Amino acid sequence: MARRWTNTLTPEDVTPEAAFWNRRQIIAGMAGMGLASLAGPVRAAEGDLEPNSWDDVTSYCNFYEFGTGKSDPKTYAGRMTTSPWSVKIDGLVDKPGDYDFQQILGEMTIEERIYRFRCVEAWSMVVPWNGFELADLLNMAGVQEGAKYVAFETLYRPEEMPGTAYRVLDWPYREGLRLDEAMHPLTLMATGIFGKPLPNQNGAPLRLVVPWKYGFKSIKSIVRITLTDQEPPTSWNMANAREYGFYSNVNPNVDHPRWSQATERRIGSGMFASREPTLMFNGYEEEVASLYAGMDLTKQF
Amino acid sequence: MERVNQTLRRIPVWSIYLLGLLPLPWLFYLGLTGDLGPEPVKALEHEYGELALKLLVLVLAVTPLRRFLGLNLMKFRRALGVLCFAYVVAHLLVWLVLDVQIPSQILADIVKRPYITVGMVAFLLMLPLAATSNTVSVRRLGSGWRKLHRLTYPVAVLGAVHYVLLVKGFQIEPLVYLAMILLLLVLRLPISPPRSAIRARE
Repeated sequence: MARRWTNTLTPEDVTPEAAFWNRRQIIAGMAGMGLASLAGPVRAAEGDLEPNSWDDVTSYCNFYEFGTGKSDPKTYAGRMTTSPWSVKIDGLVDKPGDYDFQQILGEMTIEERIYRFRCVEAWSMVVPWNGFELADLLNMAGVQEGAKYVAFETLYRPEEMPGTAYRVLDWPYREGLRLDEAMHPLTLMATGIFGKPLPNQNGAPLRLVVPWKYGFKSIKSIVRITLTDQEPPTSWNMANAREYGFYSNVNPNVDHPRWSQATERRIGSGMFASREPTLMFNGYEEEVASLYAGMDLTKQF
Repeated sequence: MERVNQTLRRIPVWSIYLLGLLPLPWLFYLGLTGDLGPEPVKALEHEYGELALKLLVLVLAVTPLRRFLGLNLMKFRRALGVLCFAYVVAHLLVWLVLDVQIPSQILADIVKRPYITVGMVAFLLMLPLAATSNTVSVRRLGSGWRKLHRLTYPVAVLGAVHYVLLVKGFQIEPLVYLAMILLLLVLRLPISPPRSAIRARE
């Protein structure tokens, strides 16, 4: 927990033309945010970690508060008011309170993280996030002795969220992490993608990104963070505990009851692309496997 | 209603086939051009499947529409049924060839995943229906043809259940299809007017 995460995933030296403009956006965006120095020397990336396009990332979303269709969030999320925005941090913390989003931004250092993103529906993307480590935010609030879990809540504002007219899930959307997962250096609070502020459909202004877990754990548009000593209820687990466990770590060996998790479809690869094998912990096994030492991942899925 | 029926009678059946088949290559083309979004395979699978369900609802509506409103679409029923089968085949092919791709995973899915099992059973039940959707078969099978084609009822229910089982969370749309199909089946129960009256109108 002591070390900070060093990013090794960068776009390849030679960028295919299709992704060229995305690179331009990242670099321009970082320059705009005074982060150009973070780009550093561009290293050759491992294999296929070329980020998806801006269009892929912003038009293919699951944000059921705006509808269950993949394009619904892009169509309707513009209605969500994201400024002003505050996050209530409460429970077992030294400094509970309503933290203004701008105030949080002022205290945090924004960096870029290029992560694989694997949805429980067996599709995946690579997303260049901008954000800060959740650990930094939790340390700012002061985690008290006895805290074991972190609970998160998404904004629930029916007048701006047409999808909440249906009880697809028990609103507001809730997620949770064990404290050691929350403090892990890979766990990010994202505020942007491609060097730009998060679009509403991607969970503006502040969302969680836990790259080794299925996407639904990476809760969007967060308004509340609660430190607690008990495993918090989480939305998909409440809806269907047999299908969605509290941990929901990406695991090619544990199938969803209704579909295989062994392979995935890479978004944006077109009509004739082959499925790709899903990696244990979504490729972050080396970093996170120790968190689950001794656990039976087929039972605690 | 008589005037409507007369107008309908003038519409050639081939135009229904033509109109009905157009979306099939068109949607595929949209998938190629990226107009179905960044994940065209799933989108195409869904579009074909939903069109098949819509056609099933239409097929099942023909008899109640005639019985209760006097609207006669009998002439088009075979075309609607054959089109429905075409979209089911397209839906299945997209799933097999473009989506799952891996034969071992396809087999595992059919056996292990209830929604896929249900969908496959519905598809298999459609095969004898598609094979006998020609005038020769109708003549040769006589009253047996009517009985055989009652398989449409379980096919429709299984098709809707297939959709209900596959969505995440509590979603309305698949339940609407299931409700419509069940309603259209209930309307077939022998209530007034008696069957003889319908026969007389034929």
